[in-house]
Amino acid sequence: MEVKIPTRMGDGSLTEMTRSEIRADLEAGTQAAAKRGKCPELTQDELDHLLDIYGSAARFTAVDIGEEVVMTNDGTGTKHIGNRIQDLQSFEQLLGVDIVELWQIDYSFKAVKTNVAHEGQTMKMAQLLLTNPVQYGAMPDLGRYSQPDGPIPNWSELLPLGKIDEARQAQEAAKDMLVEDIMFVADHMVEAGTDGIDFDTTGAAGDADFLAALTACRRLREKYPWLGIEIGMAAEFVLGMHGQLEFDGERLAGMWPKDQLRMVQAAGASIYGPAINVNTGKSAAWNIARAITLVKPAAEIAEIPIHVNVGMGVGGVPTCVHVPADATSRASKAFVEILKIDGY
Amino acid sequence: MGTGDPLGMEAAHTQASGMHGMRAAGDLVARMQMTRRMRLKEAKQYVADKLHCTTRDLSDPIAMELLRAEHGLGQLPFTSAVQPDEPGMIEAKFNISELLDIPINSVERFKNHAHVERVARG
Repeated sequence: MEVKIPTRMGDGSLTEMTRSEIRADLEAGTQAAAKRGKCPELTQDELDHLLDIYGSAARFTAVDIGEEVVMTNDGTGTKHIGNRIQDLQSFEQLLGVDIVELWQIDYSFKAVKTNVAHEGQTMKMAQLLLTNPVQYGAMPDLGRYSQPDGPIPNWSELLPLGKIDEARQAQEAAKDMLVEDIMFVADHMVEAGTDGIDFDTTGAAGDADFLAALTACRRLREKYPWLGIEIGMAAEFVLGMHGQLEFDGERLAGMWPKDQLRMVQAAGASIYGPAINVNTGKSAAWNIARAITLVKPAAEIAEIPIHVNVGMGVGGVPTCVHVPADATSRASKAFVEILKIDGY
Repeated sequence: MGTGDPLGMEAAHTQASGMHGMRAAGDLVARMQMTRRMRLKEAKQYVADKLHCTTRDLSDPIAMELLRAEHGLGQLPFTSAVQPDEPGMIEAKFNISELLDIPINSVERFKNHAHVERVARG
């Protein structure tokens, strides 16, 4: 009888599986990804490597010495241990992350706009007190521009009424407003000394949200050739809430990581962050095989760094508040060793 | 990008696969990714060439303690091993900018606000 190995489910709960069961889940995960994302399954060598990582009862695992990668760390700090600059210092000096991020709790460029002078002053002080690169992060968050939160008719209400043209026009109008707000905030942060801008959770409202980020990114790159610009995605697939929007002549709706990367690269971003959602009802092994299969086509052609989203509920890291280190460290090791990614 | 959602994951990630920031040379490699859009291998090699060390040294806090002190690249400012008369924080970034041959926004703004070039000219 095969020995049971403690492992995790996608919701973080502890379970036990045999090595054969873990292998079966790895194979099912890569098959599910290949079918949905229309990309190749992982090779047998890659599945064997994942089995070595996930078929272990070790409490923690890590990459080999010399194989370490860069930690971006969006959303730096906990807000529980002092002020925000102390948070950044703690992450720089105690945790040893490589890039820290100043952010505010209402994590949206539209919300930051009304408070940008205060945010800029905090950025300036952070720059004086830290050696690490300090970037500023927020979500594009296109939904904020629709009624009742914003001035634009709500496309989520128009679409069920069959008002397709009106819904599309609303998203296009919101997109234009969002681009200007991103530029407004980014310009102020550059004046305050930021090393970079992070577009976090891009595409959360669909293809118009993604287009706004790409458009603002290109304008920022033209204006600030040295600026660090990260575009991290909200999900694995760009939703076609509009359906017809294009960037450089390519339709954005329906894009998977490989095509997302090409757009982000063309827009001039420094770093691309794919986000592969976790299925909480499946095992950690199933989820990591699926995530790596979907990111692999992007990693193979990337000309810019890829920092995979491996936070709560994405990138094979379980969806739970207090993520177990055994699950996190396995995902951390797996992406580096299988895909040779550039960071997290 | 995305160790985020800060409730303990970043500690596991930094230990499992991180370069350890300014405890080693992760901040320097990160700056090459951000500013020159270099992938990891190229960014590590660029920094290693500038420091005349191996790419493996870049993640080694012991090797980098000596190299950071030698080049004035800043070290953890609140340890007993660091002397107050060494460059730290914004000061160290002046040296990082020169070593890596990249502009650092906060350094350029500091120079401008403090009229550093005018002061240097006398």
